[in-house]
Amino acid sequence: MSSRSRVPRLFAVPAALAVAFLAVPLLGLLGRTPWGSIGPELTSPRVLEALRLSLVCSLGAVAVSVLLGVPLAFLLARVAFPGRNLVRALTTLPMVLPPVVGGVALLLAFGRRGLAGQWLERAFGITLPFTTAGAIMAEAFVAMPFLVITVEAGLRAMDRRYEDAAATLGAGRWRTFRRVTLPLIAPSLGAGMALCWARALGEFGATITFAGNLPGVTQTMPLAVYIALETDLEAAIALSLILLAISLAVLVALRDRWFPSA
Amino acid sequence: MRKLRTRLAALLAVAALALAGCGGDDGGGGSGAAGPGELTVFAAASLTAAFTELGERYTAANGGAKVTFNFAGSQALATQIRQAAPADVFASADIPNMDKVKDLVDTPQNFASNQLQIVVEQGNPKGVGGLDDLANPDLKVILAAEEVPAGTYAKQVLDQAGVKLTPVSQEDNVKAVVTKVSLGEADAGIVYVTDVTAGGDKVEGVDIPENQNVLATYPIATVKASKAPEPAQAFMDLVLSADGQQVLREHGFLPPPTT
Repeated sequence: MSSRSRVPRLFAVPAALAVAFLAVPLLGLLGRTPWGSIGPELTSPRVLEALRLSLVCSLGAVAVSVLLGVPLAFLLARVAFPGRNLVRALTTLPMVLPPVVGGVALLLAFGRRGLAGQWLERAFGITLPFTTAGAIMAEAFVAMPFLVITVEAGLRAMDRRYEDAAATLGAGRWRTFRRVTLPLIAPSLGAGMALCWARALGEFGATITFAGNLPGVTQTMPLAVYIALETDLEAAIALSLILLAISLAVLVALRDRWFPSA
Repeated sequence: MRKLRTRLAALLAVAALALAGCGGDDGGGGSGAAGPGELTVFAAASLTAAFTELGERYTAANGGAKVTFNFAGSQALATQIRQAAPADVFASADIPNMDKVKDLVDTPQNFASNQLQIVVEQGNPKGVGGLDDLANPDLKVILAAEEVPAGTYAKQVLDQAGVKLTPVSQEDNVKAVVTKVSLGEADAGIVYVTDVTAGGDKVEGVDIPENQNVLATYPIATVKASKAPEPAQAFMDLVLSADGQQVLREHGFLPPPTT
């Protein structure tokens, strides 16, 4: 933040190590990429299938997260209800919970013998494990918190006088929300959705544990990478490259938000 | 203040995203041999119970020398060994995966064989009587992925019997198949006889008749790059010894096929 640097010179060494540590694996991936056969690899049916499913599941998870998460973020930001901090802690828990644990928990809650799963099957004949809906659920479970906290932060940071003005001019709550609040928090909502999407796209542990692994149904890209790695290294690298490219794109798209030029 | 919070929240989100990105990793190698007599054994997931017991025997007979196991699908282990993971001994659930690393290991020896069984929940609530019943579309059948030896064998068995089915999932190792059946998420799976035994009282097995079954052959070999060649040989000798074979029998393994 300050213009004069008072950084100990010695910091350069561990800092350089840190950069190398983070960058070398990427070079490793790029170095082993079979560029000659990457085209056919990327258009092979298994890759396309996993890519399609990954898009369906991750976008589905974002949709679920927006529908449920935005209202939650509003309540957390605007209403001082009792137990608010507890609710906030609960909703952010999946961010720090190991995803595999999330998968086990989902299985025990929404599996056929699970707390809620039992009832779902009896009442509606719905079973979630091993279905695409189950994969979307697993992804939403780990990704929604990113949307909630980003939108909540945006709501807290916004200038509420615009809303007050709208209300004074006779706009109802719903109209104020649509015409004033939503446009004002649009950047936060966008960033939250991007984060949420990136996290959902990379989800592995909860998905393989809860939804299983079946090409075309629940085998998303990270699962396909994992399975392919055991038999077909080139396919695994090709799939990894796509995920790397998407991650970079998200980073570039959000650079102004995360790294405001200081 | 508000601005600071926003920034903190964003930072936290980025950090958590980065952390979460490495979720779901497993496999990985051990640290290799350390003390005298210590070694690392890469073994097929189906060997988990039997080899754990053999490891205890090895430790007892070698002054407390530690054996570190890496149990996973044989295909995953073969990949790890190809990528120079620090293994001293490799025990595979099939010959093709041993062949994948044949330039990296000494001459393999067959030490056991195994057959397949249908695994169902205790009490067999869906009344599964044989392979033909698995074609019932109302039955959720779970298999190991075709990359996994148990998955390849299961496919062979189903093809031989002319049974067509779509599994609900293709798990990345055979133990996961038993787990999902014991949790009641799947109704039936095809696994090794020994996995049903190891699954305890939550599951039971339905026999697959001899003429429909396959015989899975388990080879074991010492790894050429091993830093502990003598312990590696000692462990392999233990597996092939009368004592070792007895332990394997107790866990449901059959003798290796005589060639």
